[in-house]
Amino acid sequence: MIASKSLVSKLLVVVVCMFGFGYALVPLYDLFCDITGIGGKTGQIEQVVAAQERIDKDRVVTVEFTSVSTSGLPWEFRPEKNKLKVHPGEIYEIMYFAKNNSSQSVVGQAIPSVTPGLASKYFNKTECFCFTQQTLAGKEQKDMPVRFIIDPDLPEDIHTVTLSYSFFNAQKYAQN
Amino acid sequence: MSSTAEHHHDDHHHGPAKGFMRWVTTTNHKDIGTMYLIFSLVMFMVGGFMALIVRAELFVPGLQLVDPHFFNQMTTMHALIMVFGAIMPGMVGFANWQVPLMIGAPDMALPRLNNWSFWILPFAFSLILSGLFFFGGGPASGWTLYAPLTLQGGIGVDLTIFAIHMMGISSIMGAINVIVTVFNMRAPGMTLMKMPLFVWTWVITAFLLIAVMPVFAGAVTMVLTDRHFGTAFFDPAGGGDPVLYQHIFWFFGHPEVYIMILPAFGIISQIIPTFSRKKLFGYESMVFATAGIAFLSFIVWAHHMFTVGMPLAGELYFMYATMLIAVPTGVKIFNWVSTMWRGSMTFETPMLYAIAVVFLFTIGGLSGLMLAIVPADFQYHDTYFVVAHFHYVLFSGAIMAMMGGVFYWLPKWTGHMYDERLGKWQFWLTTIFFNITFFPQHFLGLAGMPRRIPDYNLQFAEFNFMSSVGAMGLGITQLLFIYIIYKAVKGGEKATTEVWEGAEGLEWTVPSPAPYHTFETPPVVK
Repeated sequence: MIASKSLVSKLLVVVVCMFGFGYALVPLYDLFCDITGIGGKTGQIEQVVAAQERIDKDRVVTVEFTSVSTSGLPWEFRPEKNKLKVHPGEIYEIMYFAKNNSSQSVVGQAIPSVTPGLASKYFNKTECFCFTQQTLAGKEQKDMPVRFIIDPDLPEDIHTVTLSYSFFNAQKYAQN
Repeated sequence: MSSTAEHHHDDHHHGPAKGFMRWVTTTNHKDIGTMYLIFSLVMFMVGGFMALIVRAELFVPGLQLVDPHFFNQMTTMHALIMVFGAIMPGMVGFANWQVPLMIGAPDMALPRLNNWSFWILPFAFSLILSGLFFFGGGPASGWTLYAPLTLQGGIGVDLTIFAIHMMGISSIMGAINVIVTVFNMRAPGMTLMKMPLFVWTWVITAFLLIAVMPVFAGAVTMVLTDRHFGTAFFDPAGGGDPVLYQHIFWFFGHPEVYIMILPAFGIISQIIPTFSRKKLFGYESMVFATAGIAFLSFIVWAHHMFTVGMPLAGELYFMYATMLIAVPTGVKIFNWVSTMWRGSMTFETPMLYAIAVVFLFTIGGLSGLMLAIVPADFQYHDTYFVVAHFHYVLFSGAIMAMMGGVFYWLPKWTGHMYDERLGKWQFWLTTIFFNITFFPQHFLGLAGMPRRIPDYNLQFAEFNFMSSVGAMGLGITQLLFIYIIYKAVKGGEKATTEVWEGAEGLEWTVPSPAPYHTFETPPVVK
């Protein structure tokens, strides 16, 4: 019976560890995506750092912009233009337009995603409305800038990068 | 069952208590095994009824019988009940009955825990089913319970989450019990490499259960806190990631499918040598193949989610790793065939089932290989091809192996031979209707019919018609299965101790029916 007890306690330890492992997958997943850049999440860098990048005038990359306002958010949301030809290393600015069509104030959170996922490591922003939550009062409209820079180290075989924003209703997570 | 046990009152100091409380308080592995098996059969019929509602709606194109939300609840609950209510408890029932008998132990190592493991289950499944009566209905997200879809939905989703916690605790306790029993209670001389293969497959399954059930419990707990306690593991609005849920789920989900199939492999590895009157071919390679499959199951999970937008390197890795599983599985298939080769084979119902499993499971395995091919998977993903594939491995793999196992051991459990003529009828009707139901679904999937949708394009009408007719036949045939079991419990030709001419193993050395207490003095295995 003593042998049974010690085996049972060892197995219970395994069970508890595996429950913890399930939760450990959450930060591990973020870390893995961060290192490999496959999660499609964009980076944030300081304006001064971005200004020091070498500009690769010989190379042209097409950046496409798409936007979606998800079903729980009564907003209009679109970029001012659909695509832009850019040189890696140079800072560009593009405006997004958002309008709250409801009469109530709503908090929204934009989530960026870059395709192909491997390009996301090289897609950095110095300013973005997605860095914080946005609040629009009833019927309010707003132009919001995104300032971005593509790292000159972007792999040679990538010619087109798509930046997509999904705006979610974040009333539940409002920070104030 | 109680009457059969009472016959042996004279030989033993104490038999079972009488009445309902016997079943509530029992710690006897045979009683608990019987309860597990009956529970599994009841859930099989409930889940099957839900499948028939799905097939009735899909009988002809258009929406006729149920509204789409109820249809979604039926597909979801059919899967949850079959996976967690029918197959898993059924296999635990076999383990309870057979593992102590096969290794010469008097009972399971932790009998009270055993009682608990079983009695949690009826409450867990009452919870899932009760969701149907609440506003918003039962879970309707598919059995995978993908977030953020499960962040919507009514109280039925919460009830399902609690039920999963309960049945997770039940399976973990069951798994611990099997491992401790096998490691501590084998009869003298019963070394690990002498254990019957069914015991081996169950030990490996038990380790899988211990490793992945807690991960699933964690995943649904995260869904629960996302729903009610303001966390945002999977909700992008709060910074979460829906793809993360899929990774966690399938880290559990892929080993889970082997949890369902490995004991089935064990059952047919017992049946085939008996009716071939030969030893199992390549016993050691069978053990290592089983362990190999179990190990590989942990490193292939993302082949369920090729279309989420993984980088090419990831898709290639998961493709090749998945295809690697065909190697140990092939070892098993060829070993079964080699066992039959030049054996003096007879074709009683259990053997018919075992051969059908080898044949039909191989079809399911090969369609699985097709799904593993990344470029092809983009076409097959979420179509009826996937539905056909997993029914070939789960119905004609796990369920039919269990049916074969029931016919094989029923004489030992009840003391009576089942009706062989009816058994053969039940086998042939099941096999034919099963193929009528699911074979056409391969074609539907290749042509692009999506799964989990209550309506379909007119071009799919003929194959869906066939499939629905087959499903009704398959459902009705199972009433015959219940009748055969009932008949064998009530009476019939007396079974001998050996039952089957070519059977080997300790369970065939105890009288039929197996007395309430067996191997109180351990047998010596040479």
